Amino acid sequence: MTAFLFYLFAVGLLGASLFVVLNRNPMYSVVALVFGFANLAAIYFLLEAYFIGALQVLVYAGAIMVLFLFVVLLLNVQADADRPGLSRVFRMDRWWFGVLALVFIGLFLLLVGRGARAFLAPTEVAPTQIGSVSQVGEALFTRYLLPFELASLLLTVALIGTVFLAKRKI
Amino acid sequence: MVVPLYHIIAISGLLFTIGVVGVLFRRSAIIVFMSVEIMLNAVNLAFIAFSRYHGSVDGQVFVFFIMTLAAAEVAVGLAIIIALYRNLRTADLSEIHELKH
Repeated sequence: MTAFLFYLFAVGLLGASLFVVLNRNPMYSVVALVFGFANLAAIYFLLEAYFIGALQVLVYAGAIMVLFLFVVLLLNVQADADRPGLSRVFRMDRWWFGVLALVFIGLFLLLVGRGARAFLAPTEVAPTQIGSVSQVGEALFTRYLLPFELASLLLTVALIGTVFLAKRKI
Repeated sequence: MVVPLYHIIAISGLLFTIGVVGVLFRRSAIIVFMSVEIMLNAVNLAFIAFSRYHGSVDGQVFVFFIMTLAAAEVAVGLAIIIALYRNLRTADLSEIHELKH
């Protein structure tokens, strides 16, 4: 049952992501990405990462995608009609980048297949408590306390930068 | 968990590939930005899978920080896109070549 649910959510996630990349209308892309991130949150729950799953729903599907939605509404961007065929949406002058990407993905898969067998080996793991809020919070506030505080600094910098960039004259 | 770790990593790799394709081939700046988000989430999925299967909480802490970073990055990036649109009246990346001339 768990495996079935996992593959179901994985298909939803990959399908939604493909829809985001291949679709022409930015509004549909945003809604599809929200759906995909909800599927990813479900996968996190299946992997017993409850804290991260909740964060995925709150931060990604909630906050970040609403931001995207507002910008799409604000900009009123559309695929312009004067370009022929596929190049209306895609940059066809970049096809060799795609070939390069495929080569690198092949190399990556080769490396994973060769060297990482032992690392990828575990299939059956007993349920643990590592994904719970208390476990993650304990690691966050003891060993990772300095990065945690630096993250708050980063958010402050981002806030100031955004306000500056969004001013009327720049 | 009955799903082998290899399958989760394969899904993560596929997701990352979809994001790379979006970044390289789409014209709209917003879609490119969303593809970057897809790539970040692919990495998050790999982190969570390894954390689950190797019984270590560090991966989840990393995902927490990546999410913080993504939130900051999205806020600044979307502000930049809005500023670009306000000045050039376009969000098409192949139209933006001001530094060339």
